[in-house]
Amino acid sequence: MEFFKFRKDIPFMRHALALNVVSIATFLLAVFFLFSRGLHLSVEFTGGTVMEIGYSQPADVSKVRSVIAALGYTDIQVQTFGTAQDVIIRLPAQKGVSSAQQSELAFAALKQADPGVNLRRQEFVGPQVGEELVTDGLKALAMVVVGIMIYLAVRFEWKFAVAAIVANLHDVIIILGFFAFFQWEFSLAVLAAVLAVLGYSVNESVVIFDRIRENFRRYRKMDTIEIINNAITSTISRTIITHGSTQIMVLSMLLFGGPTLYYFALALTIGICFGIYSSVFVGAAIAMWLGIKREDMVKPTSPKATDPNDPNAGATV
Amino acid sequence: MNRYPVWKYVIIVIAMLVGAFFTLPNFFGEAPAVQVSSGKATVKVDTAVQRRVEEALKTAGIAFDAITFDGNSIKVRLNTTDNQLKAKDVIQKALVPDPSDPAYIVALNLLSRSPTWLSAMGAAPMYLGLDLRGGVHFMLQVDMQAALTKKVESLSGDLRTALREKNVRHGGINRVDQSIELRFREASVMAAAKSLIADQFTDLQTVEAPDGSEFKLTARIKEVAARTIQQQALKQNMVTLHNRINELGVAEPVIQQQGQDRIVVQLPGVQDTAKAKDILGRTATLEVRLVDESAEGRSAEAGTGPVPFGSERFLERNNQPVIVKKQVILTGENLTDAQPGFDNETQEAAVHLNLDAKGSRIFRDITRENIGKRMAILLFEKGKGEVVTAPVIRSEIGGGRVQISGRMSTVEANDTALLLRAGSLAAPMEIIEERTIGPSLGAENIAKGFNSVIWGFLVIVLFMCVYYMVFGVFSSIALGVNLLLLVAVLSMLQATLTLPGMAAMALALGMAIDSNVLINERVREELRSGASPQAAINAGYDRAWGTIFDSNVTTLIAGLALLIFGSGPVRGFAVVHCIGILTSMFSAVFFSRGLVNFWYGRVKKLKNVSIGTVWRPDGAGAVVKSGQGG
Repeated sequence: MEFFKFRKDIPFMRHALALNVVSIATFLLAVFFLFSRGLHLSVEFTGGTVMEIGYSQPADVSKVRSVIAALGYTDIQVQTFGTAQDVIIRLPAQKGVSSAQQSELAFAALKQADPGVNLRRQEFVGPQVGEELVTDGLKALAMVVVGIMIYLAVRFEWKFAVAAIVANLHDVIIILGFFAFFQWEFSLAVLAAVLAVLGYSVNESVVIFDRIRENFRRYRKMDTIEIINNAITSTISRTIITHGSTQIMVLSMLLFGGPTLYYFALALTIGICFGIYSSVFVGAAIAMWLGIKREDMVKPTSPKATDPNDPNAGATV
Repeated sequence: MNRYPVWKYVIIVIAMLVGAFFTLPNFFGEAPAVQVSSGKATVKVDTAVQRRVEEALKTAGIAFDAITFDGNSIKVRLNTTDNQLKAKDVIQKALVPDPSDPAYIVALNLLSRSPTWLSAMGAAPMYLGLDLRGGVHFMLQVDMQAALTKKVESLSGDLRTALREKNVRHGGINRVDQSIELRFREASVMAAAKSLIADQFTDLQTVEAPDGSEFKLTARIKEVAARTIQQQALKQNMVTLHNRINELGVAEPVIQQQGQDRIVVQLPGVQDTAKAKDILGRTATLEVRLVDESAEGRSAEAGTGPVPFGSERFLERNNQPVIVKKQVILTGENLTDAQPGFDNETQEAAVHLNLDAKGSRIFRDITRENIGKRMAILLFEKGKGEVVTAPVIRSEIGGGRVQISGRMSTVEANDTALLLRAGSLAAPMEIIEERTIGPSLGAENIAKGFNSVIWGFLVIVLFMCVYYMVFGVFSSIALGVNLLLLVAVLSMLQATLTLPGMAAMALALGMAIDSNVLINERVREELRSGASPQAAINAGYDRAWGTIFDSNVTTLIAGLALLIFGSGPVRGFAVVHCIGILTSMFSAVFFSRGLVNFWYGRVKKLKNVSIGTVWRPDGAGAVVKSGQGG
């Protein structure tokens, strides 16, 4: 079986300019939503209490809300979770009130209203923990960005490093934009997914850059644009298939993983889809705008250049 | 060119065997069990207890599958949950006659069903996180500033006593926040005080601060000493927590330090958060009182008379009653340390107590007035007192250093010291994070995680086999090996598996297939450009390797960042993610090449490789086609 039968190299770079304009527009839109709507941060980041309760019959959300509101909370969220029987309640962190009592009081009130209720999960996070998570998350993001850039700059060339990182940050911002626009809950698991996507979709750029480097050594007569087009065309089948395989797994999580893994899988799905697009049209295009040349790749003094068939002299299985 | 030397196959076989061995325990599932562990620091679980448990079960006629003693606890494995509950009752009755004062904790637990020879060789199933087995998780923040303030307070008292003893006339000693201010009228006196502090209070450093006509000296705790104090405070709090949790009857509590000033407590299987919180927050207190040595008191102690007015009856550890006066001489607040050691003269095991300045003064006065009488050291927990020891006062004891000795073994001395130290919290704590997961939710989460991994895996395998034919089969086997090795490494490390960890496992498989797709596509491409099958395999693997390596390194960078900065669920994700990348490098490249070499490498004139359709743009059709047709 073969899905991809290309007779000629596809001129990906011909439309690079138009698509980059679209990219910039999407990116700006995502940034706009991030600022205007903000992320709907989970209790892990904001501090507060989350309770997941289960009823034997479909739950009456408005009744649950009124029971909790009667305890004097103003900013509460009550919604069904997964099935109609399960309800998730979010209570804001209250300064002064002992966290531990908060959920107990709430649950006692619910139990009084309906004895059939059972507590499935309960979580409390103090405000100081939330603040730390935000800073730790930003630190982790910074470390990933800097680490990948250094690695790519050493292994390839600074232009590739810049192009790859811009392409992938573009993905990250767009994922965040989706979460801001739809007000999906941004939890720690989603943060993990975002960082995993960052590491994963850099792969995409690496594979294409690898091929560009190889092509520069192999096809001496092609110009840069032709070389990039050829590199993308010859790797596109692999790109689609691997992303498809990863997406199969993510889809499986989306279908079977339940509500806990839902947003995690959703973030990965967006990341994977935009990862393909961005490595082809953003990463490679930026590398092109930055003006990669044969001389960047094939250094006459480098011992590597003496062996054009081995793009990674020294690396062995 | 596509041959592996024998040693490479040996490595593969060894890796597979080790992987299978460590993965094996995960398949046996868990059996209901009853766990017996020590309920008090002074009670040790040993083989004698094991015999008692066995006998109790035999007389009650309850069949059990296995009974093991692992140095700390006895675990009895049973076949049904019914028997588990019955066995728990029987053991409880046999070992703990008085439920209000349990010497042993008899708790329900789950035990791996894997055969004993597996566990004996160190193979154990993965440890399931709270979100998969249900339970409570707490994170407690220790108030280190309070611990330091407490220490400075006690040091300032000591300082006052020391200066008085040396006749150094000061104009006032005050604690200001976490420093001690000493005022003097003359410079020479201040110098004397300074040298005294340098001699006797090595934890303090002094700074001169002239203040008008007075001479002022500010003493602070040294950085190093402050760190030690904080570490000790944390350690003591953990010991205290451990003792308290013991009473909850939790089979495998986790009490861990996190960072500089935090303690994580995880209680698998516990559902009653309210009780858990109550017990964690409780304080135990130490009291020193005099034994009632009056005639009435003695007769009450012998059991022949009523307890006299103004006295109380307490039990010693060996269940011997002691009649103690109600008046409290000292409390645990005055105790700064308790360490096991030996008596200087008799070489008997002893416990050395350190009292603060106030405590030493009171202790000196009391001992001077009561030579020849007995003094009781009591520990109160849950409002219930127990006499830790009731030694006879032999002489006046000054200087705040007290030694308890006599009729004590080294083990007992250790335990008593621990009990005294652990009696109270060194610094107040606050719950800053709390999570409860119901047991049904845990089981659901396991099923969800498992389904995600299995369905994703099966669909990928199906696709690979259809699209790449025999090479797809190889890739699928390699993917299976990856899963095997990943589970084996996680079991070996006894890493905690959580739901995000299972998500990472699914994701790792989704990403691992990337390497095989790269290789297979590369081989097809080589075939397309007219290379011979053997050359195509060789070039395909060689050229793909560089790309695979690069992309795995970048993914690993992201994984490491998550591991370093992540906490809680993210950490569980990151551990599996990182290990998954490493195992995929082995299975997808080294192992799958081994399979290909084994299958095709020995064929001399290889005409065909089954890798699906190799389509050629020049219209010549599929020259190299799989045997079955792609």
